[in-house]
Amino acid sequence: MVKDRGHPNRLGIWGWFGGGSWGPDRYLYSLHRVTGLGLLLYFLLHIVVTSSRALGQGAWEESMARVSGPVFMLGEYLVFVAFAFHAINGVRLLFAELGYGIGKPIEPIYPYRTCLDDQRPWALGALVLIAALIVVGALDFFVWH
Amino acid sequence: MSNGNLPEQIVFRIRRFSPGRDKEPVWKEYRVAYEAGMTVLDGLWRIKESIDPTLAWRASCRMGVCGSCGMLINGSAMLGCNTQISELASSVVSVAPLPNFPIVRDLVPDLQLLFDDHAALSPYIIRADSAEQENPTGEYYQTSKEMETYLQFTYCIKCACCMAACPTCATDALYSGPMALTQAHRYNTDTRDDGFEVRKQVLAGEAGPWRCHFAGECSRVCPKGVDPAKAIQFMKRQLVADALGLRKKRPLAPLLKKPEGIQRRPGIAEAPEPTVG
Repeated sequence: MVKDRGHPNRLGIWGWFGGGSWGPDRYLYSLHRVTGLGLLLYFLLHIVVTSSRALGQGAWEESMARVSGPVFMLGEYLVFVAFAFHAINGVRLLFAELGYGIGKPIEPIYPYRTCLDDQRPWALGALVLIAALIVVGALDFFVWH
Repeated sequence: MSNGNLPEQIVFRIRRFSPGRDKEPVWKEYRVAYEAGMTVLDGLWRIKESIDPTLAWRASCRMGVCGSCGMLINGSAMLGCNTQISELASSVVSVAPLPNFPIVRDLVPDLQLLFDDHAALSPYIIRADSAEQENPTGEYYQTSKEMETYLQFTYCIKCACCMAACPTCATDALYSGPMALTQAHRYNTDTRDDGFEVRKQVLAGEAGPWRCHFAGECSRVCPKGVDPAKAIQFMKRQLVADALGLRKKRPLAPLLKKPEGIQRRPGIAEAPEPTVG
């Protein structure tokens, strides 16, 4: 064992995005984590903002005035984008992680076929659905609103 | 000699690290004449023989069987011996040690963590009839259909490419990683094995498959087509079914009785005495 004197060489969070040449599923994984963290951050901020109601109507109206305007509208839209991705990709992952849509064990004969090949149509379908939601969301936020 | 679009010389960018001398790994460049059929491992040998004898890496079989020469080649975890320079389609070949493992020196990762995680998941047949296992009187019977449920996962050569490519391994030192989990699933699925409850002690905790979020990189880089991501997702299904009390109890593979009334042909020697045990 040379653990103590060797270089640790662990990629860390950088490994979610860089450190190598990765496949598309890894970027979906990274995006899923980032959007999840973004939604969690929004949720915490949401609690802080709405809790001002407990301090009276004046405090509530002041908080609402502070979080209105085009910058916050864009922020809310980004929260919607994160939600659209995280929710739909999450449903895909839920099924995949329970062993559905990933094929069966096969004899590995070159060129190897993996569960990623079985999952590809589902991932593409999810991405199309997410894109459609994002477009409808953009229309609702910025055009129809 | 040139081959297609490849130039006569290949530039090897190699991430070097000497534990006593360097604080951080450094990139060094070497120019090597290209020859048709040259693998990355061939290039490393050429550098060691004619340019820099201090370059260190680990390799043995040169035919993608031993799993020793896993490296990060142009950003992907691959076997050096199994990777033709022509398939990289680049005149610059970057070679780094597998990430997520401590570097012993240059391109040599310390794989002890991998072997520890593997051993912790009891990667062998576990049965109650230990006397039969220690002194077998016959073979356990298994149909070919039963074998197909785990055969794919037996081809693992422990090269650690999957662990290097896994983004969860990149952040979580407690996670067992795709190699060990695939081997645990391989035995959990084997009808000769009855060790699910033993392995569950590890699998239900932080080291288990729940840290996997299906990035799939392990399956993409596996040089033997083992598909660890598939094994891990099936393992999750098995664990969920077990937690809900829905896991099907399969009958254990029975002992195949030796055929009776058959006589050895004359002139065929007896099998030699066991040398172990």
